[in-house]
Amino acid sequence: MSVPAELHYTPEHEWVSLEGTSASVGITDYAAQQLGDVVYVSLPALGATVAAGEPCGEVESVKSVSDLYSPVDGEVTEVNAELEGDPSLVNAEPYAAGWMFRVRVAQDGNGDAALPADLLSAAEYEELTKSAG
Amino acid sequence: MTSFAGWQMPLRYGSETAEHLAVRRAAGLFDLSHMGEIAVTGPDAGAALDYALTGQLSAMAPGRARYTMICAEDGGVLDDLVVYRQGEQEFLVIANASNTATVFGALTDRAAGYDAAVVDSTQDYALIAVQGPAAAGILAPLARLAPAGLELGAMKYYAGAFGTVAGREAWVARTGYTGEDGFEVYSRPDDAEHVWTALAAEGSGAGLVPAGLAARDTLRLEAGMPLYGNELGPDVTPFEAGLGRVVKFDKPGEFVGREALAARAAAGPSRHLAGLTIGSRRIARHGYPVLADGRTCGTVTSGAPSPTLGVPIAMAYLDRPAASLAGADLSVGIRGEAVPAHLTDLPFYSRRR
Repeated sequence: MSVPAELHYTPEHEWVSLEGTSASVGITDYAAQQLGDVVYVSLPALGATVAAGEPCGEVESVKSVSDLYSPVDGEVTEVNAELEGDPSLVNAEPYAAGWMFRVRVAQDGNGDAALPADLLSAAEYEELTKSAG
Repeated sequence: MTSFAGWQMPLRYGSETAEHLAVRRAAGLFDLSHMGEIAVTGPDAGAALDYALTGQLSAMAPGRARYTMICAEDGGVLDDLVVYRQGEQEFLVIANASNTATVFGALTDRAAGYDAAVVDSTQDYALIAVQGPAAAGILAPLARLAPAGLELGAMKYYAGAFGTVAGREAWVARTGYTGEDGFEVYSRPDDAEHVWTALAAEGSGAGLVPAGLAARDTLRLEAGMPLYGNELGPDVTPFEAGLGRVVKFDKPGEFVGREALAARAAAGPSRHLAGLTIGSRRIARHGYPVLADGRTCGTVTSGAPSPTLGVPIAMAYLDRPAASLAGADLSVGIRGEAVPAHLTDLPFYSRRR
């Protein structure tokens, strides 16, 4: 199971990759393996306002359907349209071609992205998946 | 892995879609040791089963298998079963894991007064299935059947024989739950790992892959086979599920549920099992409503993507015959959205024979 060191994570098994104030979001390799083959992904609309910890879409696999949560506060600037034609990209490349949406994150007083304080590091996330069995 | 009726079961080994397609195109290897095995033996074993079940098991020749059901007095389905006649006085009843205790209890009660012994032998058997068009070719080099001159490839569908697989004693049957040709190998639990390893090695060049519960569910759904807890349960009779043929009213003697089942057969089913294809990638899942022109007309019992058809499929109980819905605008309510659906004949998939 892969947990890239440079990403941020949530307990809901999403990852966040931050470039400036643009945050790319997807679900983790662990989540994709737990779900099994992903058959449908419902993503937030372009321009939608999303809030950390709030549902903003759905990930449907052969055996289950799960809410997709936004890990950050901000505005949706881009969604991965490739997933509509090929949702299996989520299983094949959860951290690359299987990304889901991008958010322009609100800035703090220094002009940096204001990320929620409770995002996990790679080490913390790995620990969480281990304790989940 | 997942917990299922007290067993730790493999939900999938890799991609369940790949496992499904391997069974349709080559073969899959399944560990089904959770299934219940109940031995019914003795001079009256056939008569006791005729009384306890909907089928006429006494009329089955040794070495044959039959799909049948056990019903309550009110006609409700307690379980669907495969029964093997292993000898003149030896029957082996295969029950769903979650129903084994219920079936064992009912068989024990119903066999009272007959010269027949009912034993829950679940712990004495492991069950490994090889399913798919390549199954016979994979199993044949490893199987030696006891009946003189019986070659595996010549075994009839829904037949079985004692013998050995990879040198270990087994009951080998040409049965399964995938809609493909295939075999089920009942061995001692201690021999299961050896049998599994030998089959996996024999099949590795023929496209055999291990397959889990998830693929088993989509395979049986495409084949239109009911699953207890979804299409079958105590609130339906075999007639609602379109399986009235398993009720043998013309067999001699009484059987449990006869009166209620005869009344249901005369009155017609209270609900109608139908097949649906879904006009979206979304899955119509168990419990979702089926709508005709916007009004609820039924409930989905099972739904999944169909790897063979390339669209989601579902089975549903409708409150009226499917034929009466011709021309209606059908949909399934998927978490608040009405997604178009189309009636289709069951099964969704039949193998070429």
